[in-house]
Amino acid sequence: MIEVENLRKTFGDTEVLKGISTTFEKGKTNLIIGQSGSGKTVFMKCLLGLLTPTDGTIRYEGKAYSEMAPEVRRDLRQEMGMVFQGSALFDSMTVEGNVMFPLDMFTKKSRAEMQERVDFVLHRVNLVDAHKKYPAEISGGMQKRVAIARAIVMNPKYLFCDEPNSGLDPKTAMLIDNLIQEITEEYNITTVINTHDMNSVMEIGEKIVFLKNGIKEWEGTKKEIFRTDNEAVTNFVYSSELFKKVRQMYLEGKN
Amino acid sequence: MNYLASIGSYAIMIVETFKKPTKWPIMRSLILKEIDELIYGSMGIIIFISFFIGGVVAIQTALNISNPLIPKNLIGFATRQSVILEFAPTFTSIIMAGKVGSYITSSIGTMRVTEQIDALEVMGVNALNYLVFPKIIAMFLYPFVVAIAMYIGILGGWIAGVFGGFSSSADFIEGLQLDFIPFHVVYSFVKSVVFAFIIATIPSFHGFYMKGGALEVGKASTVSFVWTSVVIIVMNYILTQLLLG
Repeated sequence: MIEVENLRKTFGDTEVLKGISTTFEKGKTNLIIGQSGSGKTVFMKCLLGLLTPTDGTIRYEGKAYSEMAPEVRRDLRQEMGMVFQGSALFDSMTVEGNVMFPLDMFTKKSRAEMQERVDFVLHRVNLVDAHKKYPAEISGGMQKRVAIARAIVMNPKYLFCDEPNSGLDPKTAMLIDNLIQEITEEYNITTVINTHDMNSVMEIGEKIVFLKNGIKEWEGTKKEIFRTDNEAVTNFVYSSELFKKVRQMYLEGKN
Repeated sequence: MNYLASIGSYAIMIVETFKKPTKWPIMRSLILKEIDELIYGSMGIIIFISFFIGGVVAIQTALNISNPLIPKNLIGFATRQSVILEFAPTFTSIIMAGKVGSYITSSIGTMRVTEQIDALEVMGVNALNYLVFPKIIAMFLYPFVVAIAMYIGILGGWIAGVFGGFSSSADFIEGLQLDFIPFHVVYSFVKSVVFAFIIATIPSFHGFYMKGGALEVGKASTVSFVWTSVVIIVMNYILTQLLLG
Protein backbone atom coordinates (compact mmCIF):
# COMPACT_ATOMS: atom_id res chain seq x y z
CA MET A 1 0.00 0.00 0.00
CA ILE A 2 1.18 3.52 -0.77
CA GLU A 3 -0.06 6.43 1.32
CA VAL A 4 0.39 9.99 0.14
CA GLU A 5 -0.07 12.86 2.57
CA ASN A 6 -0.23 16.53 1.65
CA LEU A 7 2.22 16.14 -1.27
CA ARG A 8 3.52 19.38 -2.73
CA LYS A 9 5.98 19.97 -5.52
CA THR A 10 7.16 23.30 -6.84
CA PHE A 11 9.46 24.17 -9.73
CA GLY A 12 10.74 27.69 -9.14
CA ASP A 13 7.66 29.83 -8.56
CA THR A 14 5.28 27.29 -10.06
CA GLU A 15 3.46 24.96 -7.70
CA VAL A 16 2.60 21.84 -9.70
CA LEU A 17 1.27 19.64 -6.90
CA LYS A 18 -0.75 21.49 -4.28
CA GLY A 19 -1.14 19.20 -1.30
CA ILE A 20 -2.35 15.83 -2.59
CA SER A 21 -3.42 13.17 -0.11
CA THR A 22 -4.59 9.72 -1.17
CA THR A 23 -4.00 5.99 -0.76
CA PHE A 24 -3.14 3.39 -3.38
CA GLU A 25 -4.27 -0.04 -2.26
CA LYS A 26 -2.56 -3.38 -2.63
CA GLY A 27 -3.87 -5.83 -5.22
CA LYS A 28 -5.80 -3.09 -6.99
CA THR A 29 -5.32 -1.08 -10.16
CA ASN A 30 -5.20 2.54 -9.02
CA LEU A 31 -5.64 5.10 -11.78
CA ILE A 32 -4.47 8.71 -11.82
CA ILE A 33 -6.43 10.69 -14.39
CA GLY A 34 -6.56 14.33 -15.38
CA GLN A 35 -5.96 16.73 -18.21
CA SER A 36 -2.51 17.43 -19.62
CA GLY A 37 -0.67 19.73 -17.21
CA SER A 38 -2.72 18.59 -14.22
CA GLY A 39 0.41 17.20 -12.52
CA LYS A 40 -0.05 13.45 -13.16
CA THR A 41 3.48 12.83 -14.42
CA VAL A 42 5.08 14.91 -11.66
CA PHE A 43 2.94 13.02 -9.13
CA MET A 44 4.11 9.67 -10.50
CA LYS A 45 7.74 10.79 -10.59
CA CYS A 46 7.45 11.78 -6.93
CA LEU A 47 6.01 8.33 -6.13
CA LEU A 48 8.93 6.71 -7.96
CA GLY A 49 11.50 8.84 -6.17
CA LEU A 50 12.66 10.43 -9.43
CA LEU A 51 11.58 13.82 -8.07
CA THR A 52 11.93 14.98 -4.47
CA PRO A 53 8.67 16.47 -3.12
CA THR A 54 8.84 20.03 -1.79
CA ASP A 55 6.61 19.01 1.11
CA GLY A 56 4.47 16.11 2.25
CA THR A 57 5.02 12.41 2.87
CA ILE A 58 4.90 9.26 0.77
CA ARG A 59 4.71 6.01 2.76
CA TYR A 60 5.40 2.57 1.37
CA GLU A 61 3.87 -0.05 3.68
CA GLY A 62 3.82 2.60 6.42
CA LYS A 63 7.47 3.66 5.99
CA ALA A 64 8.10 7.25 4.91
CA TYR A 65 10.32 7.44 1.81
CA SER A 66 11.94 10.68 2.98
CA GLU A 67 13.10 9.03 6.20
CA MET A 68 14.59 5.93 4.56
CA ALA A 69 18.36 5.38 4.51
CA PRO A 70 19.91 5.32 1.00
CA GLU A 71 20.36 1.52 1.06
CA VAL A 72 16.70 1.05 2.12
CA ARG A 73 15.62 3.31 -0.76
CA ARG A 74 17.79 1.26 -3.11
CA ASP A 75 16.11 -1.94 -1.93
CA LEU A 76 12.70 -0.29 -2.32
CA ARG A 77 13.57 0.70 -5.90
CA GLN A 78 14.14 -2.95 -6.67
CA GLU A 79 10.62 -3.67 -5.46
CA MET A 80 9.23 -1.22 -8.01
CA GLY A 81 8.44 -2.01 -11.62
CA MET A 82 7.78 0.74 -14.12
CA VAL A 83 6.18 0.69 -17.54
CA PHE A 84 7.04 3.92 -19.34
CA GLN A 85 4.85 5.68 -21.89
CA GLY A 86 7.29 4.95 -24.70
CA SER A 87 8.22 1.55 -23.19
CA ALA A 88 11.83 2.78 -22.60
CA LEU A 89 13.35 -0.50 -23.73
CA PHE A 90 17.13 -0.51 -24.15
CA ASP A 91 17.70 -0.28 -27.91
CA SER A 92 21.01 -2.08 -27.81
CA MET A 93 19.56 -5.18 -26.13
CA THR A 94 17.28 -7.91 -27.41
CA VAL A 95 13.86 -8.52 -25.87
CA GLU A 96 15.45 -11.24 -23.72
CA GLY A 97 18.32 -8.93 -22.74
CA ASN A 98 15.89 -6.20 -21.70
CA VAL A 99 13.88 -8.54 -19.48
CA MET A 100 17.01 -10.18 -18.06
CA PHE A 101 18.64 -6.82 -17.29
CA PRO A 102 17.26 -6.32 -13.72
CA LEU A 103 18.00 -9.96 -12.83
CA ASP A 104 21.53 -9.67 -14.17
CA MET A 105 22.04 -6.40 -12.36
CA PHE A 106 20.62 -7.16 -8.93
CA THR A 107 20.52 -10.91 -8.34
CA LYS A 108 23.08 -13.65 -8.01
CA LYS A 109 21.02 -16.14 -10.00
CA SER A 110 22.77 -18.46 -12.41
CA ARG A 111 22.35 -17.95 -16.15
CA ALA A 112 19.97 -20.93 -16.31
CA GLU A 113 17.81 -19.60 -13.45
CA MET A 114 17.64 -16.17 -15.07
CA GLN A 115 16.74 -17.70 -18.42
CA GLU A 116 13.98 -19.73 -16.79
CA ARG A 117 12.52 -16.63 -15.14
CA VAL A 118 12.74 -14.62 -18.37
CA ASP A 119 11.00 -17.38 -20.32
CA PHE A 120 8.29 -17.49 -17.64
CA VAL A 121 7.51 -13.76 -17.64
CA LEU A 122 7.67 -13.48 -21.44
CA HIS A 123 5.23 -16.38 -21.63
CA ARG A 124 3.08 -14.64 -19.00
CA VAL A 125 2.76 -11.55 -21.20
CA ASN A 126 2.05 -13.76 -24.24
CA LEU A 127 5.36 -13.19 -25.99
CA VAL A 128 6.87 -16.50 -26.87
CA ASP A 129 8.94 -16.11 -30.00
CA ALA A 130 10.40 -12.63 -29.74
CA HIS A 131 13.32 -13.44 -27.42
CA LYS A 132 16.08 -12.63 -29.88
CA LYS A 133 14.45 -9.63 -31.53
CA TYR A 134 15.49 -6.04 -30.89
CA PRO A 135 12.91 -3.42 -29.75
CA ALA A 136 13.02 -1.74 -33.18
CA GLU A 137 11.94 -5.03 -34.79
CA ILE A 138 8.71 -5.48 -32.82
CA SER A 139 5.38 -3.62 -32.77
CA GLY A 140 4.35 -0.99 -30.20
CA GLY A 141 2.01 -3.46 -28.47
CA MET A 142 4.79 -6.05 -28.22
CA GLN A 143 7.15 -3.39 -26.86
CA LYS A 144 4.61 -2.62 -24.13
CA ARG A 145 4.43 -6.32 -23.25
CA VAL A 146 8.22 -6.50 -23.05
CA ALA A 147 8.15 -3.42 -20.80
CA ILE A 148 5.57 -5.14 -18.56
CA ALA A 149 7.66 -8.32 -18.54
CA ARG A 150 10.74 -6.31 -17.52
CA ALA A 151 8.72 -4.53 -14.84
CA ILE A 152 7.47 -7.76 -13.24
CA VAL A 153 10.56 -9.94 -13.66
CA MET A 154 11.82 -9.06 -10.17
CA ASN A 155 8.44 -9.81 -8.56
CA PRO A 156 7.78 -6.17 -7.65
CA LYS A 157 5.49 -5.05 -4.85
CA TYR A 158 4.64 -1.89 -6.76
CA LEU A 159 3.92 -1.50 -10.46
CA PHE A 160 3.79 1.97 -12.01
CA CYS A 161 2.53 2.50 -15.55
CA ASP A 162 2.69 5.83 -17.36
CA GLU A 163 0.12 5.93 -20.16
CA PRO A 164 0.54 2.19 -20.80
CA ASN A 165 -1.75 2.11 -23.83
CA SER A 166 -0.93 5.39 -25.53
CA GLY A 167 -0.26 4.95 -29.23
CA LEU A 168 -1.92 1.53 -29.33
CA ASP A 169 -5.00 0.48 -31.24
CA PRO A 170 -8.12 -0.01 -29.07
CA LYS A 171 -7.92 -3.81 -29.12
CA THR A 172 -4.25 -3.96 -28.14
CA ALA A 173 -4.85 -1.22 -25.56
CA MET A 174 -7.56 -3.35 -23.96
CA LEU A 175 -5.30 -6.41 -23.97
CA ILE A 176 -2.58 -4.41 -22.21
CA ASP A 177 -5.09 -3.07 -19.65
CA ASN A 178 -6.40 -6.55 -18.94
CA LEU A 179 -2.87 -7.94 -18.69
CA ILE A 180 -1.95 -5.29 -16.12
CA GLN A 181 -5.09 -6.01 -14.12
CA GLU A 182 -4.51 -9.78 -14.20
CA ILE A 183 -0.90 -9.37 -13.07
CA THR A 184 -1.98 -6.98 -10.31
CA GLU A 185 -4.45 -9.51 -8.90
CA GLU A 186 -2.26 -12.55 -9.49
CA TYR A 187 0.81 -11.16 -7.71
CA ASN A 188 -1.08 -8.90 -5.27
CA ILE A 189 0.80 -5.81 -6.48
CA THR A 190 0.01 -2.18 -5.73
CA THR A 191 -0.45 -0.87 -9.27
CA VAL A 192 -0.61 2.83 -10.11
CA ILE A 193 -1.51 3.82 -13.66
CA ASN A 194 -1.29 7.28 -15.14
CA THR A 195 -3.78 7.50 -17.98
CA HIS A 196 -5.85 9.67 -20.29
CA ASP A 197 -7.70 6.71 -21.68
CA MET A 198 -11.34 6.60 -20.60
CA ASN A 199 -11.66 2.99 -21.78
CA SER A 200 -9.06 2.10 -19.15
CA VAL A 201 -11.00 4.05 -16.53
CA MET A 202 -14.20 2.13 -17.31
CA GLU A 203 -12.44 -1.21 -17.71
CA ILE A 204 -9.89 -1.48 -14.89
CA GLY A 205 -10.35 1.57 -12.64
CA GLU A 206 -10.67 -0.05 -9.22
CA LYS A 207 -9.60 3.22 -7.66
CA ILE A 208 -9.49 6.49 -9.57
CA VAL A 209 -7.80 9.71 -8.49
CA PHE A 210 -8.73 12.73 -10.59
CA LEU A 211 -6.24 15.60 -10.58
CA LYS A 212 -7.00 19.11 -11.69
CA ASN A 213 -4.40 21.89 -11.62
CA GLY A 214 -2.29 19.98 -9.10
CA ILE A 215 -5.18 19.35 -6.70
CA LYS A 216 -6.96 16.07 -6.04
CA GLU A 217 -10.38 17.04 -7.32
CA TRP A 218 -12.08 13.70 -6.81
CA GLU A 219 -11.42 10.04 -6.00
CA GLY A 220 -13.52 6.92 -6.13
CA THR A 221 -14.18 3.69 -8.02
CA LYS A 222 -15.28 3.15 -11.62
CA LYS A 223 -18.84 2.63 -10.38
CA GLU A 224 -18.77 5.86 -8.40
CA ILE A 225 -17.48 7.81 -11.37
CA PHE A 226 -20.80 7.11 -13.15
CA ARG A 227 -22.76 8.61 -10.27
CA THR A 228 -20.56 11.54 -9.36
CA ASP A 229 -21.96 15.02 -9.80
CA ASN A 230 -18.53 16.62 -9.68
CA GLU A 231 -18.61 18.88 -12.71
CA ALA A 232 -14.85 18.79 -13.39
CA VAL A 233 -14.87 14.97 -13.40
CA THR A 234 -17.93 14.65 -15.59
CA ASN A 235 -16.62 17.27 -18.05
CA PHE A 236 -13.33 15.37 -18.32
CA VAL A 237 -14.53 11.75 -18.30
CA TYR A 238 -17.73 12.23 -20.30
CA SER A 239 -16.34 14.64 -22.87
CA SER A 240 -17.38 12.39 -25.76
CA GLU A 241 -21.01 11.77 -26.77
CA LEU A 242 -20.46 8.02 -26.52
CA PHE A 243 -19.38 8.16 -22.89
CA LYS A 244 -22.23 10.57 -22.09
CA LYS A 245 -24.67 7.98 -23.45
CA VAL A 246 -22.93 5.15 -21.59
CA ARG A 247 -23.24 7.13 -18.38
CA GLN A 248 -26.89 7.96 -19.04
CA MET A 249 -27.65 4.29 -19.71
CA TYR A 250 -25.83 3.28 -16.53
CA LEU A 251 -27.76 5.82 -14.45
CA GLU A 252 -31.02 4.65 -15.98
CA GLY A 253 -30.12 1.10 -15.01
CA LYS A 254 -29.75 -0.15 -18.57
CA ASN A 255 -26.08 -1.17 -18.35
CA MET B 1 25.54 32.44 -13.70
CA ASN B 2 24.37 29.60 -15.97
CA TYR B 3 27.99 28.74 -16.75
CA LEU B 4 28.78 28.47 -13.04
CA ALA B 5 25.75 26.23 -12.50
CA SER B 6 26.86 24.03 -15.41
CA ILE B 7 30.40 23.74 -14.02
CA GLY B 8 28.90 22.75 -10.65
CA SER B 9 26.61 20.18 -12.27
CA TYR B 10 29.55 18.80 -14.26
CA ALA B 11 31.60 18.39 -11.05
CA ILE B 12 28.69 16.65 -9.32
CA MET B 13 28.29 14.37 -12.35
CA ILE B 14 31.95 13.34 -12.15
CA VAL B 15 31.64 12.51 -8.45
CA GLU B 16 28.40 10.56 -9.02
CA THR B 17 29.99 8.62 -11.89
CA PHE B 18 32.40 6.96 -9.48
CA LYS B 19 29.77 6.14 -6.83
CA LYS B 20 27.75 2.94 -6.47
CA PRO B 21 29.57 0.86 -9.07
CA THR B 22 27.84 -1.53 -11.44
CA LYS B 23 28.58 -5.26 -11.03
CA TRP B 24 32.00 -6.06 -12.49
CA PRO B 25 30.91 -8.71 -15.08
CA ILE B 26 28.42 -6.20 -16.54
CA MET B 27 30.88 -3.31 -16.34
CA ARG B 28 33.59 -5.38 -18.05
CA SER B 29 31.38 -6.04 -21.06
CA LEU B 30 30.35 -2.35 -21.17
CA ILE B 31 34.02 -1.26 -21.13
CA LEU B 32 34.90 -3.68 -23.95
CA LYS B 33 31.95 -2.42 -25.97
CA GLU B 34 33.05 1.20 -25.47
CA ILE B 35 36.66 0.36 -26.43
CA ASP B 36 35.29 -1.08 -29.64
CA GLU B 37 33.06 1.95 -30.31
CA LEU B 38 35.28 4.80 -29.13
CA ILE B 39 38.83 3.60 -29.73
CA TYR B 40 38.83 0.87 -32.37
CA GLY B 41 36.02 2.58 -34.29
CA SER B 42 38.04 5.81 -34.52
CA MET B 43 41.27 4.29 -35.82
CA GLY B 44 40.37 4.60 -39.50
CA ILE B 45 39.67 8.35 -39.46
CA ILE B 46 42.66 9.05 -37.18
CA ILE B 47 45.06 7.13 -39.44
CA PHE B 48 43.68 8.85 -42.54
CA ILE B 49 43.88 12.37 -41.10
CA SER B 50 47.27 11.88 -39.43
CA PHE B 51 48.83 10.58 -42.64
CA PHE B 52 47.77 13.59 -44.69
CA ILE B 53 48.47 16.15 -41.95
CA GLY B 54 52.01 14.81 -41.61
CA GLY B 55 52.39 15.03 -45.37
CA VAL B 56 51.09 18.59 -45.52
CA VAL B 57 53.38 19.72 -42.67
CA ALA B 58 56.38 18.29 -44.52
CA ILE B 59 55.41 19.96 -47.83
CA GLN B 60 54.61 23.31 -46.17
CA THR B 61 57.95 23.29 -44.36
CA ALA B 62 59.83 22.36 -47.55
CA LEU B 63 58.08 25.09 -49.57
CA ASN B 64 58.92 27.72 -46.95
CA ILE B 65 62.64 26.95 -46.90
CA SER B 66 63.98 29.32 -49.52
CA ASN B 67 67.35 30.01 -47.92
CA PRO B 68 69.97 27.49 -49.16
CA LEU B 69 71.80 27.80 -45.83
CA ILE B 70 68.92 26.11 -43.99
CA PRO B 71 69.59 22.36 -44.01
CA LYS B 72 67.06 20.02 -45.62
CA ASN B 73 66.86 17.97 -42.44
CA LEU B 74 64.68 20.78 -41.07
CA ILE B 75 61.76 19.18 -42.96
CA GLY B 76 62.01 16.00 -40.87
CA PHE B 77 62.70 18.01 -37.72
CA ALA B 78 59.68 20.31 -38.23
CA THR B 79 57.42 17.41 -39.11
CA ARG B 80 58.45 15.50 -35.97
CA GLN B 81 58.04 18.50 -33.68
CA SER B 82 54.69 19.55 -35.15
CA VAL B 83 53.26 16.06 -35.16
CA ILE B 84 54.46 14.98 -31.70
CA LEU B 85 53.83 18.25 -29.89
CA GLU B 86 50.55 19.40 -31.41
CA PHE B 87 49.03 17.54 -34.33
CA ALA B 88 48.91 14.07 -32.81
CA PRO B 89 47.58 15.00 -29.34
CA THR B 90 45.62 18.22 -29.94
CA PHE B 91 44.41 18.12 -33.55
CA THR B 92 43.45 14.45 -33.18
CA SER B 93 41.54 15.32 -29.99
CA ILE B 94 39.52 17.98 -31.82
CA ILE B 95 38.65 15.35 -34.44
CA MET B 96 37.72 12.93 -31.65
CA ALA B 97 35.60 15.63 -29.98
CA GLY B 98 33.60 15.72 -33.21
CA LYS B 99 33.42 12.03 -33.93
CA VAL B 100 33.34 10.38 -30.51
CA GLY B 101 31.92 13.37 -28.64
CA SER B 102 28.87 13.73 -30.84
CA TYR B 103 28.32 9.96 -30.69
CA ILE B 104 28.42 10.05 -26.88
CA THR B 105 26.07 13.06 -26.61
CA SER B 106 23.57 11.73 -29.12
CA SER B 107 23.51 8.18 -27.73
CA ILE B 108 23.08 9.31 -24.10
CA GLY B 109 20.74 12.13 -25.17
CA THR B 110 18.54 9.68 -27.07
CA MET B 111 18.42 7.47 -23.99
CA ARG B 112 17.30 10.52 -21.99
CA VAL B 113 14.59 11.45 -24.53
CA THR B 114 13.26 7.90 -24.74
CA GLU B 115 13.18 7.57 -20.92
CA GLN B 116 15.80 4.79 -20.92
CA ILE B 117 17.81 6.73 -18.32
CA ASP B 118 14.67 7.11 -16.18
CA ALA B 119 14.18 3.34 -16.52
CA LEU B 120 17.71 2.73 -15.20
CA GLU B 121 17.15 5.11 -12.29
CA VAL B 122 13.79 3.60 -11.37
CA MET B 123 15.46 0.18 -11.22
CA GLY B 124 18.00 1.60 -8.77
CA VAL B 125 20.91 1.59 -11.23
CA ASN B 126 23.41 4.46 -10.96
CA ALA B 127 22.85 5.61 -14.55
CA LEU B 128 25.96 7.81 -14.53
CA ASN B 129 28.18 4.94 -13.47
CA TYR B 130 26.51 2.60 -15.96
CA LEU B 131 26.77 4.99 -18.91
CA VAL B 132 29.72 7.32 -18.31
CA PHE B 133 32.26 5.28 -16.31
CA PRO B 134 32.90 2.70 -19.10
CA LYS B 135 33.50 5.56 -21.53
CA ILE B 136 36.07 7.15 -19.22
CA ILE B 137 37.89 3.84 -18.78
CA ALA B 138 37.77 3.08 -22.52
CA MET B 139 39.18 6.51 -23.29
CA PHE B 140 42.24 5.76 -21.13
CA LEU B 141 43.40 3.85 -24.22
CA TYR B 142 43.39 7.13 -26.11
CA PRO B 143 47.20 7.68 -25.73
CA PHE B 144 47.52 4.50 -27.80
CA VAL B 145 45.55 6.24 -30.57
CA VAL B 146 47.76 9.31 -30.22
CA ALA B 147 50.89 7.14 -30.48
CA ILE B 148 49.57 5.68 -33.73
CA ALA B 149 48.70 9.19 -34.95
CA MET B 150 52.32 10.25 -34.25
CA TYR B 151 53.73 7.29 -36.14
CA ILE B 152 51.40 7.66 -39.12
CA GLY B 153 51.84 11.46 -39.22
CA ILE B 154 55.61 11.16 -39.40
CA LEU B 155 55.28 8.37 -41.97
CA GLY B 156 53.03 10.65 -44.03
CA GLY B 157 55.63 13.44 -43.77
CA TRP B 158 58.39 11.08 -44.84
CA ILE B 159 56.42 9.83 -47.86
CA ALA B 160 55.43 13.38 -48.91
CA GLY B 161 58.95 14.72 -48.34
CA VAL B 162 60.84 11.92 -50.07
CA PHE B 163 58.46 10.96 -52.86
CA GLY B 164 57.51 14.58 -53.47
CA GLY B 165 61.15 15.35 -54.11
CA PHE B 166 61.46 17.85 -51.25
CA SER B 167 64.04 15.94 -49.22
CA SER B 168 66.15 12.82 -49.31
CA SER B 169 65.24 9.97 -47.00
CA ALA B 170 68.55 10.35 -45.16
CA ASP B 171 68.00 14.08 -44.57
CA PHE B 172 64.45 13.51 -43.37
CA ILE B 173 65.49 10.75 -40.95
CA GLU B 174 68.42 12.84 -39.73
CA GLY B 175 65.95 15.64 -39.01
CA LEU B 176 63.68 13.24 -37.14
CA GLN B 177 66.56 12.29 -34.83
CA LEU B 178 67.95 15.82 -34.44
CA ASP B 179 67.79 17.23 -30.89
CA PHE B 180 65.13 14.71 -29.92
CA ILE B 181 63.81 15.33 -26.40
CA PRO B 182 61.98 12.22 -25.09
CA PHE B 183 60.03 14.39 -22.62
CA HIS B 184 58.10 15.83 -25.58
CA VAL B 185 56.50 12.42 -26.08
CA VAL B 186 55.69 12.25 -22.36
CA TYR B 187 54.20 15.76 -22.60
CA SER B 188 52.10 14.63 -25.54
CA PHE B 189 50.81 11.55 -23.69
CA VAL B 190 50.02 13.60 -20.56
CA LYS B 191 47.96 15.94 -22.73
CA SER B 192 46.22 13.02 -24.44
CA VAL B 193 45.15 11.52 -21.08
CA VAL B 194 43.65 14.87 -20.01
CA PHE B 195 41.96 15.32 -23.39
CA ALA B 196 40.62 11.75 -23.23
CA PHE B 197 38.91 12.55 -19.92
CA ILE B 198 37.46 15.73 -21.44
CA ILE B 199 36.23 13.90 -24.56
CA ALA B 200 34.53 11.22 -22.43
CA THR B 201 32.91 13.48 -19.85
CA ILE B 202 31.83 16.78 -21.45
CA PRO B 203 29.76 15.10 -24.21
CA SER B 204 28.31 12.74 -21.57
CA PHE B 205 27.31 15.76 -19.48
CA HIS B 206 25.54 17.39 -22.43
CA GLY B 207 23.74 14.15 -23.29
CA PHE B 208 22.80 13.16 -19.75
CA TYR B 209 21.30 16.49 -18.69
CA MET B 210 19.65 17.43 -21.98
CA LYS B 211 15.96 18.27 -22.05
CA GLY B 212 13.53 18.10 -24.94
CA GLY B 213 13.16 15.86 -27.98
CA ALA B 214 15.00 14.70 -31.07
CA LEU B 215 15.80 18.25 -32.22
CA GLU B 216 17.43 19.02 -28.87
CA VAL B 217 19.58 15.88 -29.17
CA GLY B 218 21.08 17.39 -32.35
CA LYS B 219 21.54 20.76 -30.67
CA ALA B 220 23.15 19.13 -27.63
CA SER B 221 25.63 17.32 -29.91
CA THR B 222 26.66 20.61 -31.52
CA VAL B 223 26.97 22.43 -28.19
CA SER B 224 28.94 19.53 -26.73
CA PHE B 225 31.39 19.61 -29.67
CA VAL B 226 31.91 23.35 -29.24
CA TRP B 227 32.50 23.10 -25.48
CA THR B 228 34.71 20.02 -25.72
CA SER B 229 36.87 21.81 -28.32
CA VAL B 230 37.04 24.99 -26.24
CA VAL B 231 38.08 23.10 -23.10
CA ILE B 232 40.68 21.08 -25.06
CA ILE B 233 42.19 24.28 -26.49
CA VAL B 234 42.29 26.00 -23.08
CA MET B 235 43.72 22.90 -21.35
CA ASN B 236 46.28 22.60 -24.14
CA TYR B 237 47.50 26.09 -23.31
CA ILE B 238 47.56 25.45 -19.56
CA LEU B 239 49.36 22.09 -19.87
CA THR B 240 51.91 23.51 -22.30
CA GLN B 241 52.64 26.33 -19.89
CA LEU B 242 52.91 23.91 -16.97
CA LEU B 243 54.97 21.20 -18.67
CA LEU B 244 57.11 23.09 -21.16
CA GLY B 245 56.96 26.72 -20.00
